[in-house]
Amino acid sequence: MNRHLISAADLSRDDAVLILDTAAELASVADRPIKKLPTLRGRTVVNLFYEDSTRTRTSFEAAAKRLSADVINFSAKGSSVAKGESLKDTALTLEAMGSDAIVVRHPASGAPRRLADWTSGRVINAGDGTHEHPTQALLDAFTIRQRLVGPDQRGKGLDGVRVTIVGDVLHSRVARSNVLLLDTLGAEVTVVAPPTLMPWAIESWPCKASYDFDAELRKSDVVMMLRVQQERMSAAFFPTVREYRRRYGLDTGRMALLPEHAIVMHPGPMNRGVEIAAEVADSPRSTIVAQVANGVTVRMAVLYLMLGGAAEETL
Amino acid sequence: MCAMRPEPGHEPGDSAPGNLDRPDYSGPQEQGWKAVLTPEEIRRALSRIAHEILERTHGGEGIVLLGIPTRGVYLARRLAARIGEFEGAPAPVGSLDVTMHRDDLRLRPARALQRTEVPPDGVDGKTVVLVDDVLFSGRTVRAALDALNDLGRPRSVQLAVLVDRGHRELPIRADYVGKNLPTAHREAVRVLLAESDGEDSVLLGERDQ
Repeated sequence: MNRHLISAADLSRDDAVLILDTAAELASVADRPIKKLPTLRGRTVVNLFYEDSTRTRTSFEAAAKRLSADVINFSAKGSSVAKGESLKDTALTLEAMGSDAIVVRHPASGAPRRLADWTSGRVINAGDGTHEHPTQALLDAFTIRQRLVGPDQRGKGLDGVRVTIVGDVLHSRVARSNVLLLDTLGAEVTVVAPPTLMPWAIESWPCKASYDFDAELRKSDVVMMLRVQQERMSAAFFPTVREYRRRYGLDTGRMALLPEHAIVMHPGPMNRGVEIAAEVADSPRSTIVAQVANGVTVRMAVLYLMLGGAAEETL
Repeated sequence: MCAMRPEPGHEPGDSAPGNLDRPDYSGPQEQGWKAVLTPEEIRRALSRIAHEILERTHGGEGIVLLGIPTRGVYLARRLAARIGEFEGAPAPVGSLDVTMHRDDLRLRPARALQRTEVPPDGVDGKTVVLVDDVLFSGRTVRAALDALNDLGRPRSVQLAVLVDRGHRELPIRADYVGKNLPTAHREAVRVLLAESDGEDSVLLGERDQ
């Protein structure tokens, strides 16, 4: 695996399976009386967040703390960034304080890649603009493997699992990372979106594309709903929320079209009543709460594999 | 690049410095390796250890056998089966991965984790018998004691090993030993078991390089 985790495309199938297997072992830590391992004692992880986030930041924080790392939370609000400090200067400042890894979220696509050139520590992308969010894809893959491959999951990928990703694909870093990672793991991915929210070069992605939600639902093992990202929309991408919901929202009627074993996922935060109906989000088929719990274990696995071994490259 | 790949098939056992996994290995006849325990001797040693455990724990009252991956787990299962043969009820058996508690993590790339499986009754108030293939520096056992500490509070902890090769670096000793094997520090001990290697054998040879 690479020094940094910037894109889901950086991961080979072996890397991804190793992360999922490690996470599967670490999952048992959450059930123990002492939910802590000494492995990263003395290492410092900085959460550098230029965008609002509750679940990703707290998930990384919990993961680092369960491995006994020291965590410094840095949010752009109320910091020198508000006074005009650049990303580079902020990174150098944090590095001078002795950080071993920087977990970064930034509204600009590509910011983590730039950051990786400026710092000697590890960089983990926690979401950059509309580009990628690789740890979300890893936790989604972990959740799918847990639910559909079962207890004998060690060493396995997601071969032949049919995943349909629905909604605002254009603005979604979750969708891009998931398409890349799920394809690496052998899943068959289809993205469904209104024509206005379909990325331009979708044919270059390793997936199929469709505008017909109902037709895809019948042949899906996993349906992953994406949040409609109003905050990134600078134009009118669909006439009304009601019309979007009728064509691309997942309600109980649509859920009934899914095969018996199929699961419903959502990366959160949800717009209940827009892309997903409340009854669907709360149904036993929904893995939304499990995804949050799995987020901590998968991020523990990533931090352990990136920081747990020898500090310097041996090759 | 590729800093975090664990060496494939690496065993995190105590014998790690010498017990190098070699996919091209073709059997105990391999050049430079001398068999020091035959399958028959291994079988007898395990039977004796099983008897000793029963004696020391008053018939195996409240014991839990925890093997240290990989080969310690196979040995723990064999001991549990033996105890079952002798006493009628097999002893609860599990595995304890010590990777996250090792003191040499930073000397090598991060390694893949092995399985930790604790019997449903847990370890609280039990007599835990840790089982490993080779006792060498004692550092794996120290890591195991730390790992166990996070799982609960056993009434007591004992240690069973198939081979004690000496050269301790910590104040640790085994309660049950299959064979005391005097070795030079530069030598390597390899334990082969049918479950992982197709045959039972303990070999002594020179460490690579």
